Amino acid sequence: MPTYIKRADGKLAVAEDAFTAVADDQDIAPGDVIVSLTRFEAEGDRLLAEGRQVGVRVESSEDVEALAYDLPRIAVVALAFPKFRDGRAYTSAALLRERYGYKGEVRAVGDVLREQAGFMVRTGFDAFEPADGATVEDLERAIHRYRHVYQRSADRRAPAFAEREV
Amino acid sequence: MYRYDTLDREILADRSAEFREQVGRRLAGDLTEDQFKPLRLMNGLYLQLHAYMLRVAIPYGSLNSTQLRKLAWLSKTYDKGYGHFTTRQNLQLHWIKLADTPDILDHLASVDMHAIQTSGNCIRNVTADPYAGATAEEIDDPRIWAEAMRQWSTLHPEFSFLPRKFKIAITAAPKDRTAAKVHDIGLAVKRARDGAMGFEVMVGGGMGRTPYVGSTIREFLPANRLFSYLEAILRVYNRHGRRDNIYKARIKILVAALGAEEFARQVEAEWDKVGTDADLPDLEIARIRGAFAGGAFETLPPRSEAFEAAKASQLAFARFVRNNVKPHKKPGYAIVEISLKGIGETPGDATAEQMDVVADLAERFGQDDIRVTHEQNLVLPHIRLDDLPAVHAALAAVGLGTPNIGLVSDIIACPGLDYCALANARAISVAQHIAERFADADRAENVGELKVKISGCINACGHHHVGHIGILGVDKKGEEYYQLTLGGSGAEDAAVGQALGPALPYERVAEAVDTLVEVYLRERKDGERFLDTFRRTGVAPFKEAVYADVH
Ligand code: SF4
Repeated sequence: MPTYIKRADGKLAVAEDAFTAVADDQDIAPGDVIVSLTRFEAEGDRLLAEGRQVGVRVESSEDVEALAYDLPRIAVVALAFPKFRDGRAYTSAALLRERYGYKGEVRAVGDVLREQAGFMVRTGFDAFEPADGATVEDLERAIHRYRHVYQRSADRRAPAFAEREV
Repeated sequence: MYRYDTLDREILADRSAEFREQVGRRLAGDLTEDQFKPLRLMNGLYLQLHAYMLRVAIPYGSLNSTQLRKLAWLSKTYDKGYGHFTTRQNLQLHWIKLADTPDILDHLASVDMHAIQTSGNCIRNVTADPYAGATAEEIDDPRIWAEAMRQWSTLHPEFSFLPRKFKIAITAAPKDRTAAKVHDIGLAVKRARDGAMGFEVMVGGGMGRTPYVGSTIREFLPANRLFSYLEAILRVYNRHGRRDNIYKARIKILVAALGAEEFARQVEAEWDKVGTDADLPDLEIARIRGAFAGGAFETLPPRSEAFEAAKASQLAFARFVRNNVKPHKKPGYAIVEISLKGIGETPGDATAEQMDVVADLAERFGQDDIRVTHEQNLVLPHIRLDDLPAVHAALAAVGLGTPNIGLVSDIIACPGLDYCALANARAISVAQHIAERFADADRAENVGELKVKISGCINACGHHHVGHIGILGVDKKGEEYYQLTLGGSGAEDAAVGQALGPALPYERVAEAVDTLVEVYLRERKDGERFLDTFRRTGVAPFKEAVYADVH
């Protein structure tokens, strides 16, 4: 089974990936699947009725708002980075966590590089498919690089101004 | 000046350590230049025509003497003994070795400085009024808000990979010295009728290929709602700004495409949802306010005999006072502008020795406070009138006494073909030629306020669109040509300049500026600046004169 890196209880670990990513022109694989937003809108109800877990891949040009009512049924939202420079998925992740209170997995897929891991964790990502071969240690180092942060974000980490009040 | 606390320092130290590791990977060959590029660009390190260039952030253009001395030392130790102050209130070192950069960042961090977000598609250094805390015109000290924005934008997890770079300016005075209307966001501090403080929010100004003057999307934003509102703007931009074409990726294009009203509507809708959670607590604003070590002003008489005597007896000093010295909010004090536009020099360049002298003067006479203006000059904001003669003498001794602030030779020029890989044409030497033509100080003073701005290519780093006279380098079959524009302004009366006519060859530019000035002197009515005359007469008389010999 392929693996990815998953964060649980504040720690990263290599995990087996139970989900199969299914492209729009492929047949639905057996078991748990991640499908595109378009396909989810067409076939989501049926797939869920079959008793499997379903994840949705949201492209950076797509709005996570489209999933608002389905989120409780969705196990994984995979947010795509077509290029690391495309920062829209950070906003998507922040909205999923903060505005919609989504508790499932938010996975970074596509051009996912270790240097971004800190930003990703802060905006609510908890799963990674690194494109640069980054290991758990590489990502941990990137995530814990900064002893303080200046802003509130989806990770609820206390920002500098809150630390200062103590 | 804002005093860093342990947290601020630890963030800088962590950043330095991160970059040291990245440079290590590059030098060891674990990263290719392609892979390294985005990493170095997060730290203001550019690869230019001849060497690496490091852009050091000078947040809202504010420095103390220790910091300026450190910059002087760095320029001597790692560069050629000078630095270049930019239109973004930053300092560029143009001759840096990659292997030295981690040490340079450590040295910067040791004096609470850094190069964070001086490049890349993120929120850049916030521009603020260089007279902040010194001018009587201001409603509040904009540095407090600028520092709060510096912190908020530093390593912002959601807004570090925007469609394009993002620049914010804040001014609290009616006379705008920040070019707020040509920033992605311009904030003007305002007071409501009931005395409450807030901001007018302007969005979508900018230069480059498609210049725009920003549109006001909110007349009055209560001060305590600033950060939620910024978040809403940035979120709308991050999601909907164009990413398919780098020339169409700035927020100005989004605002123009949607229309300011529709853009404002989207921001307000998002702002409603963001709510007050994203705002900075009043307590933190108060802490930042307190961390600006307040200048202790003495109670002085408004008139200084020493100052008056020097003015009466020394022509050069009197001229310096007329052009470079501005009124201070406290009696007996003045704001001193130091021109980095010596005739024949490179606009914005300062040698290590000059930086040291300015640092010493700030420490000895100026409450340890130095500012950088977006017009590439320096400011000593708090000088006693009594001390002005001594300050002037010390400046003049190192070539910093040029009395030309706001005059025709106080030119903004980008690095152009001398340094920049994107340039079509030289900018620096054009500036030098123009300055030399107006070396006669009486004539320059007679001409009065005239802002000449030069860019070596359409990216407009020299802000030519908002020059009273703008000069843009273009390439005509491999030859350097220059397109002139008239009537632009980056101040409170912001406007984009209008083309004069066909581009001129390199040798004709300074002469053409001379001709434009002669037309102005002929046409002007009492008290009019060049800009006012141009706006009254239109382009015709200017055009006719410059192209006269072509007919
Ligand atoms: S305007 Fe063009 S030539 Fe000048 S610095 Fe910017 S990119 Fe370089």
